[in-house]
Amino acid sequence: MGLAELGIYTLMTLLGIVVVFAFTMLNSAYLTYYERKVMGHMQARVGPMHTGPHGLLQPLADGIKLFFKEDIIPAKADRKVFVLAPLMALVPALAAYAVVPFGPSITLFGHSIHLYITDLNIGVLYVLALSSLGAYGIIMAGWSSNSKYSLMGGLRSASQVISYEIPMGLAIISVLMMTGSLSLVDITRGQEHIWNIVYQPVAFVIYMIAGIAETNRAPFDLPEAENELVAGFHVEYSGMRFAYFFMAEYANMLMVSCIAVVLFLGGWNPIIPRSLFESVPIFGQYLGFLGDPAVWWFIIKIYAFFFMFLWIRATLPRLRYDQLMRLGWKILIPVALGNILVTGLIKVLVQ
Amino acid sequence: MPLNTKEITINMGPQHPSTHGVLRLVLELDGEVVVSCTPHIGYLHRGSEKLAEARTYQQIVPLTDRFDYLSCGNNNLGYAIAVEKLMGIEVPERADYLRVIVAELSRLSAHLLWLATHAADIGAVTVLLYCLREREEILDLFEILTGARLTVSYVNIGGVRRDATPDFFRRTREFMAGMPKRIEEYNTLIMQNRIWLGRTKGIGIISYDEAIDWGLTGGSLRGSGVNYDLRKVMPYAAYEKLKFEVPLGEIGDVYDRYIVRMEEMNQSIAMINQCVEDIPDGPYKADIPMVSLPPKDRVMQDIETLIHHFVLVSKGFSVPKGEIYAAAEVPKGELGFYIVSDGSEKPVRMKVRSPSFVNLACLPRMVKGHMIADIVSCIGSIDIVLGEVDR
Repeated sequence: MGLAELGIYTLMTLLGIVVVFAFTMLNSAYLTYYERKVMGHMQARVGPMHTGPHGLLQPLADGIKLFFKEDIIPAKADRKVFVLAPLMALVPALAAYAVVPFGPSITLFGHSIHLYITDLNIGVLYVLALSSLGAYGIIMAGWSSNSKYSLMGGLRSASQVISYEIPMGLAIISVLMMTGSLSLVDITRGQEHIWNIVYQPVAFVIYMIAGIAETNRAPFDLPEAENELVAGFHVEYSGMRFAYFFMAEYANMLMVSCIAVVLFLGGWNPIIPRSLFESVPIFGQYLGFLGDPAVWWFIIKIYAFFFMFLWIRATLPRLRYDQLMRLGWKILIPVALGNILVTGLIKVLVQ
Repeated sequence: MPLNTKEITINMGPQHPSTHGVLRLVLELDGEVVVSCTPHIGYLHRGSEKLAEARTYQQIVPLTDRFDYLSCGNNNLGYAIAVEKLMGIEVPERADYLRVIVAELSRLSAHLLWLATHAADIGAVTVLLYCLREREEILDLFEILTGARLTVSYVNIGGVRRDATPDFFRRTREFMAGMPKRIEEYNTLIMQNRIWLGRTKGIGIISYDEAIDWGLTGGSLRGSGVNYDLRKVMPYAAYEKLKFEVPLGEIGDVYDRYIVRMEEMNQSIAMINQCVEDIPDGPYKADIPMVSLPPKDRVMQDIETLIHHFVLVSKGFSVPKGEIYAAAEVPKGELGFYIVSDGSEKPVRMKVRSPSFVNLACLPRMVKGHMIADIVSCIGSIDIVLGEVDR
C-alpha cells in the first residue's frame, strides 16, 4: 500500500468515526425527545412543547443547561474514581458502535464507502464485551460517591448486569448457530430473504427482556429506582458528569436496539420490498430505490424497536430485587439453554 | 477468617420521592432486607391544636382543612359535627346531603391521589397521570361548589357555606357517569398485572387481631377484614339514608388494602349519585341566628343585620360548657375531635385523633423482614398524609 493510499484510508476511517459518533450522539439526544413525546401521549399529556416547534429543541436546551451547571464533587468522595466513572460508562458505550453495520456500501464520487467503521469477524463478541465494561462505570460511580444510596444502586446494577449477560449471550448463541458467523455484516447479509426472528422467536423475546435489564430500563430499573433509591448510582453527580451517564444510558439503549435489529430484524434489509414501491401509480419509477437495502430501513427499525422499550416502561410496574434475580436465573437462562438445544437438534436433523 | 458483617443505617427522607411528604425513616438494612425501621415525624408540625385555642369556633374550620389537605371536606365535616353535637344544633336536610356530596367527592379525590402515588411508588407511572387527570375534574367541581379547589372550608357549623347551583349537579352527574369506566381503566393497567401482584401480595401482612390492637382505622383496618366504618357504625350527616357497602379484605396485605380502597371509590360514586338524585329542597344552613350568618343581601340593607353579621364574624358565638368527642370517617380512617368548652367563644382545648398518625405507628411492624422496595409499597398502602400526622 502506497503512502497516498494509506493517507486516504486513514482519512476515510477517521471521517467514518466522526460520522458514526455524530450519528450516535444526535440519536441519543433525540431518543430522549422521542421517549418524552411517546410517554407523554401514552399518559394523556403532550410532552415537551415550548422549546422550538413541538419542543424539538428540548434535547439541545437540556444539553446546554447541564453543560453550564456547577460540577460538584462530594467532599468525602474518592475523587479519581469519581471523575473516571462517567467516562468508564460512556466510552465503551460509544466504542461499541464501531462494528454496527448501518447500511450497505454506497458509491460516492467514484469511491465505494462502507456504512460501518469496521467489519470485525468477532463483531458480536466485541459488542458483548464492551457492553459489560459499562457496568464498571456504574459500580465505580456507586462506590466512589461514598453515599449509601449510590452504593446500593451500584451493587444492584452490578448483579443485574452480570445476571442478564448470561441469558443475553445464550439467546445470541442460538442465532449464531443459524448464521455461522460472528460478523454483524455477514449476519445482516444472511437475512436478505427471511429475518432471523422467524426462526428464533424465543431467542428474540429473551434478548429483548435481557436487553431491557442490561440497560437498566423499566420494569428493571432497580439501580436507579427513583422511589426507592432516589436516583441510584448517579445520585451524587451533577452537570456534565451526570450528562455522561445519561448519554451512556441512551447510547446503550440505542446499541441494544441496533443489535436486535441486526441479529433478528434483518438489519438494513427493507421492510417493504422494491416491487411494492414500483407499483405506486405515477411516481413508481422514481420511488423504486426506497425499497433497496438502505440505512433508512435500519433507522426505522431501531426506532420501532425502541418504541417497545417505551411502551413497556409506560405500562409495567417495577420488579423487586429478588424477583428480578429469580426471573433471570430461574426462567430466562433455562429457557435460553433449551432454545439452544432445540436449535441444535433441528439443525442436525435438517442436515 | 470469619467475615465481619454489620447492618448499614440509611436515612430515608425527609426529602424523598416516596415518603409521601416529609416523613423520615431511619432504616437498619442487612443488604436489601430491613432489620428495623424507625419513623421520625414532626417536620410538618404547625401546632393546629394550639392555634385552635386562640380562634373562634367558626374560624377553626379552615385549620381543619390543613390536616389532611387532600380531603378537606371530610375534615370540616368531622369538626362541624363535634361542635354541633356540643351545641345541640340540628342541621337542615339539604345541608346534610351537600355535606355528604362534598365529603365523598373529597374521598374520591383523596383515593385517586393515593392510587396515583401508590402505583407510582411501585413503578407504574402511567396510573399516576391518569388519576391526576380525574382528580383535576373533581377539583373543578369543588371550584364550582365552594370557590376553592383544595382547602375548601365548605362545611360550616350549622350547615354549609353556600348552596349548590344546578350547574354543579349537572357537571357532577356527567363526571360520575364516566368515572366507573375510568376506574376500570386503572384496573386493566395494574389489578391483574403479575408484577403488581408480586409486589403487593403477601407484603406487610397485618392480621385481624393485630389491626385492632394497633388501633388502625379506615382502609388499613378494613383491609384486614375488620368490618368497622364510622359511616355505618355511627352514621352522621345523610349517611343513614344512603345505600352503600363496606368492602373488606381477607388477609390484610398490601394487595387487600389496595382492593378495599379501589372498591371504596366505587361506593363513593354510588353515594354521590344517590345524593345528587335525592337531595331535597330547603335551606342550606340552620336557621339559628346565634350561629348562622344572616343573608348577605339583608346585611347590605339594614343596620341590625349588619351588626349581627359583624358580631358573628368578629366575636363569634359562645358554646355551652362541656366536652365532646365526635369523629368522621375520612379517607385515612377515623378523624376524631375532642373539644373542651368553658362556655366562651373559643375552645379551651381541641385534641385531634388523626388516623394517619395512628396508622403510621404500624409501619415498622409491617416492613420488618421485607426488602427496601417493600417499604415504599407499605407506606403507600397505609395511605398517610404528613399534614395529618403532624397537624
